Amino acid sequence: MKVELLGEDFDPYAHLARYQQSRLQSGSYGAASCFVGSARDFNEGETVESLILEHYPGMTDRFLERIAGQAMERWSLEDVLVVHRYGKVLLGEAIVLIGVWSAHRGAAFEACRFIIEELKHEAPFWKKEGVGQRGRWVETNTKG
Amino acid sequence: MTIKVKFFASLRERVGCGGMELSADRVRNVAEVWSAACSGQPLPVNTLAAVNMEYVDITAAVKDGDEVAFFPPVTGGGR
Repeated sequence: MKVELLGEDFDPYAHLARYQQSRLQSGSYGAASCFVGSARDFNEGETVESLILEHYPGMTDRFLERIAGQAMERWSLEDVLVVHRYGKVLLGEAIVLIGVWSAHRGAAFEACRFIIEELKHEAPFWKKEGVGQRGRWVETNTKG
Repeated sequence: MTIKVKFFASLRERVGCGGMELSADRVRNVAEVWSAACSGQPLPVNTLAAVNMEYVDITAAVKDGDEVAFFPPVTGGGR
């Protein structure tokens, strides 16, 4: 299981492939599920150009690890990877990567969904969207 | 007693600072930490709190050396 908080842009698919290659044994898993969340250019009718993700060093890490650990306990999983950005994120850049490996697809799908939903509701992150010259704090989660 | 206080995101902007070391004769709980740290300002609706990096409600007790953080709902969402 691995949790990473990154201050710079990353390529989520390359990251996922590297992790799978180095950490998982071929044949130990039948299913791999992943989720990639990226910075979107449209919110509340205005064009978003960038966003700043604030986090609480220490608490955010702890909560991401806890959520990943809960997924490992609830489902039969081979491995979990969670990577999350903080700091300035440009349009189109990846914000979050979740990778889940399991023997079977049911656990892989369900655990992946669980992790992203828990993360959005529990993990201490706050988004500030850059709109033109102004910044605006996001007040509510998107529904999913 | 000494309490380390932290503010995040829009709350930090509202309060005007990211945090402070609060020296107080006695603060019993999180609500009292807020009052002592932000004298005169009411606690904004929906503000969340954590003591030593665990979510608590504002009646939670605090002790000397604790870190108390205040912040708006996370990712813009709620718990």
